[in-house]
This record gives sequence, C-alpha cells and structure tokens, in this order.
Amino acid sequence: MNETQEIKKKVWSMVGRDPRTIPLDEIDLSHPGIWQANEYLPFLERLRREDPVHYCKSSAVGPYWSVTKYADIMQVDTSPDIYSSEPTIGILDTNAENVYPMFIAMDPPRHDEQRKVVQGVVAPMNLKKLESVIRQRACAILDGLPLGEKFNWVERVSIELTTQMLATLFDFPFEDRRKLTRWSDAFTAIPGRGIIDSYEQRQELVEECQVYFTRLWNERVNREPGNDLVSMLAHGEATRDMPPKEYLGNVILLIVGGNDTTRNSLSGGVLALNENPGEYQKLRDNPGLIPNMVSEIIRWQTPLAHMRRTAKVDTVLGGKTIKAGDKVVMWYASGNRDEDAIVRANEFLIDRPNARMHLSFGFGIHRCMGNRLAEMQLRIVWEEIMRRFHAVEVVGEPKRIYSSFVKGYSELPVMVHPL
Amino acid sequence: MQVAKSNSVPGIDADCGGACSCATCHVFVDHEWLDRVGPIGQWEESMLGLTPDRQPNSRLSCQIQLSGKLDGLVVTTPEFQY
Repeated sequence: MNETQEIKKKVWSMVGRDPRTIPLDEIDLSHPGIWQANEYLPFLERLRREDPVHYCKSSAVGPYWSVTKYADIMQVDTSPDIYSSEPTIGILDTNAENVYPMFIAMDPPRHDEQRKVVQGVVAPMNLKKLESVIRQRACAILDGLPLGEKFNWVERVSIELTTQMLATLFDFPFEDRRKLTRWSDAFTAIPGRGIIDSYEQRQELVEECQVYFTRLWNERVNREPGNDLVSMLAHGEATRDMPPKEYLGNVILLIVGGNDTTRNSLSGGVLALNENPGEYQKLRDNPGLIPNMVSEIIRWQTPLAHMRRTAKVDTVLGGKTIKAGDKVVMWYASGNRDEDAIVRANEFLIDRPNARMHLSFGFGIHRCMGNRLAEMQLRIVWEEIMRRFHAVEVVGEPKRIYSSFVKGYSELPVMVHPL
Repeated sequence: MQVAKSNSVPGIDADCGGACSCATCHVFVDHEWLDRVGPIGQWEESMLGLTPDRQPNSRLSCQIQLSGKLDGLVVTTPEFQY
C-alpha cells in the first residue's frame, strides 16, 4: 500500500476512537473498520441518542446522511418518491458505465415492472415445492459433519446450504454451483481483503458470470418456460427484451440477494445462541420457538447493515434539511437496536413478540423479495439441527467480514455434540 | 389487521405492524363487501401490486378501517403471506 493510501486509511478508520467522546462531526459509519472489529454498536447508539439524522461531511465515500432511528428509517424506506433507489443502493457512488441496472436500484414504474416478473420464483406455491428439497439437503449436510472435531461452520454449512439453494433457484448446473458463491462474494467485496485483489479482477469475474448466464439464457429462451429464475427472465414480458447488461444486473441481484445474507444468518444464529446460553436452553426446551427465533436471528444479525438512497428533492427528516442529490443511508443495523421502537432491543430473545417487525428485510416496495425463502431455509436447518445435536458449540473466535454493508462471517469454528 | 393480530387469528402476519409497508396482511375480501370497505390507497396499490397471488378482491387488511357498518365482514386469508 503506498503512502497516500496509508494516510487515508489512518484518517478514515474509526477503530480505536472512543464512541462516547468522539466529536459528533467526526463519526463516519461508512468505514469497514469498526464493523469488522465488531465495535460499531456504541457509535450507532451515540448517533441515535444525540444526532439521529447525522451529516457526515467527509469520508472515503464522500458526504452522506446517516439515519439511525427505526421510525426515520421506515419513513425513508417507504417514501420512494422522495428517496430514490437510483442510480445505486450502495454507499459507494459508481460511475454510469460500471452500473449494472437491477430493479433494487430502480424506482417505479420500472422497478415494479421488473420485480413482478421474477417474484413468482419465490411465490407461495414454489416455496412449498422447495421445502422438501431444502430439507433433504440440510439433512445431508448436517449428517456429513464431523463429530468431536473442530470445523468451520461457515464453509461446511452456511455457504454450502445457501449455494445449493441458489443453484436450485436458477436451475444452475449443480457441479458448478460454487461459481455462484465466488461471483456473489466478488460483487460485494472490497479489494485486497482476501476475496478479490482488484476491481479489475472483479470485472473479469463479472464477465465470466455474464458469459455463463448468457449461455443459460440462450438455452432456455427457446424452451418451454420453466420455474427457474433464468427462464422467468427469458420469457417474462417485461424482461425478455432486456439489454444484456440489465439481465446481468438482475442476475447479480438475485445471486447476491440470496447468498451471503442467508449464509450470514445461518452463522449468526449459531453465534447468538452460544453467546446467550439461556436462549439456547429455551430452544431445547421448546423447539416450537424455531419460527419466531428465525426472525429474531435475522434482526440480531442484520445481514445487510445499510441501504442507501438519494434524495430527489429537498426534504426534511428528523428536523434536518436534506438537499436534492444528497446521499441518505439507512442503517438497518441501528434501527434494529432502537429501544424506542423495539422493546429490550439489545437483548437476543427468541420468544420476543412481534419478532418480524425488524428492518433487516427493509419495508415498502423494495422489501426483500426472498424473505420467506430465507426464513424457510433457516427454519428447516434449525429443525434438523435440533433433531441431531444437543449443541453446536462455538470453540474459537469468529472472523468477520471487512465491510460496512455485508455483516457476516468468514469463519466460525465450531464443534457439534450429538443428542 | 389489528383485530386479527389481537385475537391470534393465523394467516395474517403484519410484519410492519400496520404501516402499509410489507403486504403481509393480505386478505381477499368477500365480493359482497368489496365496495363497502373503502377505496384502495396509492401506497396500498403499490404494495398489493407486488404480491404474486393478488386477486381483484385483494386488500391489505391494515388499510381497512373497521366500523359498525362493517359488522359481518367476511375475508379469506391467502394460503401464505408473502
């Protein structure tokens, strides 16, 4: 790393700063440091308390507003006429050529047109059909785990299961499924942290993905419409004429959307139960709590820490004036711990009422399309875990991802103990 | 929606607590009652449009304001909330 980059790194990282005394205008949530170090919560709490709609004047991603209270986040999320999802929902501004059009980053009417085409893949009837496949796979994975031996839950279970799920949704050649993981990780990664070396390398992987999916499109466009995502896009009225870049954008969206989010909830749940042994015992005493626990896990983990919007007009939020063109960041990871909205928000309670009111899936027209599929995967895995293991015990320090967007784990050392 | 939640009626999830923001309180209003439950609001329409099993008699139950006039209202819940 050259000197300029070193200096930049020193200035931007918040690791080691005191969340109680740091001047408010120096708080910058965008830097991945405190997220990977798991030190972000007190900074979120300070902002909620003292400056809930907070302007960060200068950062590695430019100036932006941080919205940290549940109610304000809801307001932003449910006002797409004021807070646009275009051109991107990521905190990094991208220039036009690098933007892959995807409906998560579109406003109505185009958003609605495209989402309607693909949402059928996770429609109720399809979920019902997928349940037995998911269960078979969960059983096979769990039955293949080593006993009395330490292993990485992330690799053996979280990644393996979600990747298989994704392959099914796309009817992707099963033996190549790990390409989906590779592409998904590369699309959201920051270079130099073990996933990709550079943005150029990312571009190569994007192109590889494009070639592969173009082949799948060409194979399926001339066949009878099927129940997989590629077929739906190739045959859907609103999407069959879409330019290749837009097809790829939507493919990327569906891969990423269904990939590390579910993966990190699968890992996060194990960690949360280990950190709260009373809750783990509650679960053993009453496995009927699993569906509710799944929602609580998703709240607790908040697999995507934020979503970004861009103000279309001047507006007022929490008493602050936001100008047209300003970047506005909803910190779901903060809203999910807001005690003004969620009772005992900083406790992991698997039997909490209204467990689904968390922000992790967002709300409004962009609310996560795959939310019931994610919940179903988690529920099934936990049902099968409870049938086999008295405990999935965390036996080492988790390793977290370097990102202020993806909240997750690359390593979770565990040992499983059979019933 | 509120009545359903308070009385533990299954099949109405109401993830957002009644803020017209999640479309998981989706119900099918019995045809006899459809024009008596009030018009569909703009945001409700956006959210309803995104439920794959939407029917002409679909409503979000959090947007149906109950009153004495609706005594006897019949709704059917969908098989799943989405």
